[in-house]
Amino acid sequence: MAAARPDASVPRATHPERAAFLEKETRLGFLPWSAEVEAASRFGLGAREIEAEALALGILPARYARNAGLFGIEGQRAFHAARVVVAGCGGLGGYLVEYLARLGVGAIVAVDPDPFDETNLNRQLLATIDDLGRPKVDAAARRVAAVNPAVSLVAVRERLCAQNAERLIGGASAIADGLDSIPARLEIAAAASRLGVPFVHAAVAGWYGQAATQAPGASTLAAIYGDCPSERGAETALGNQAFVPALAAALEVAEICKIILGLPAGLENRLLVFDLLAMETSSFPLA
Amino acid sequence: MKVTVRLFASLREGRFESREFEFRDGGLVADAIFAAGLRAGEATVIFRNARHADPPDGLAEGDILAFFPPVGGG
Repeated sequence: MAAARPDASVPRATHPERAAFLEKETRLGFLPWSAEVEAASRFGLGAREIEAEALALGILPARYARNAGLFGIEGQRAFHAARVVVAGCGGLGGYLVEYLARLGVGAIVAVDPDPFDETNLNRQLLATIDDLGRPKVDAAARRVAAVNPAVSLVAVRERLCAQNAERLIGGASAIADGLDSIPARLEIAAAASRLGVPFVHAAVAGWYGQAATQAPGASTLAAIYGDCPSERGAETALGNQAFVPALAAALEVAEICKIILGLPAGLENRLLVFDLLAMETSSFPLA
Repeated sequence: MKVTVRLFASLREGRFESREFEFRDGGLVADAIFAAGLRAGEATVIFRNARHADPPDGLAEGDILAFFPPVGGG
């Protein structure tokens, strides 16, 4: 699968004065957050621009010290330049936003038209009592600002659909599926395929979940759901808990990491299913 | 011919995990859905010998079928 496209908004060349400051402030190979704050203030830039300069200089912000073993500076640069669309900010979406922000994905576009209600509190990471009645995407923006201000969270209070797909997902590194309806998944996956954007799917119900990756041009989601006539699946009867979407979202982000890094996505055109009641996983190729 | 049917996730509830069925020659995946006691639309994700399959597909001796319910929550 194609690696992420570089984001033109990320500066490539570094400014000599800023470079000198960042190099001077580096401690044991890492740039502390306090120095990022100082640099942002001194040079009138945002945390995202300061991190871009640091990464261009080969300096890893200290928050990514535990990322370095897996991804190195090159991987962290690739994450910083990536833009991932999180379609739906509910059970899956809350964990997707959290994992992507901590990973250091430079731009997250969070798309969801809905506000929180009380029934979201059992599982949705972003749902708090104070946020009941308030838009889910605004909670995503506040959470990302609190966790990693170097990540730009674009909050879009719309329902992602074929009509706005080109505007919202065109040129993205990947789409992370946090949707809650089967027809919506089929619609967005078809748009993603047409627009050349990888669609990383997951869905949950009760103890059960599944994940798969659709490459550009493929019709993986159509192969999974076929001509499934229903809007919803087993979750209507079984409900949803927090730990099941947490696992499914982790599988999605693992796939998104590999897509951004240009590594093979293990679930490309392959369905992984898990059953946390029987503690079984299976995976099947999709024709 | 003998065909093994494996049910997954909520399809197991009140049914079975894995069971062998006998079908006449020319039997279809749809016959196995019926034999397993599944209603139309209950098993939307189907694999035959670990390959994606559909109800009109034919069966062969020794096939292993896996049926999953649709899962759509987020």
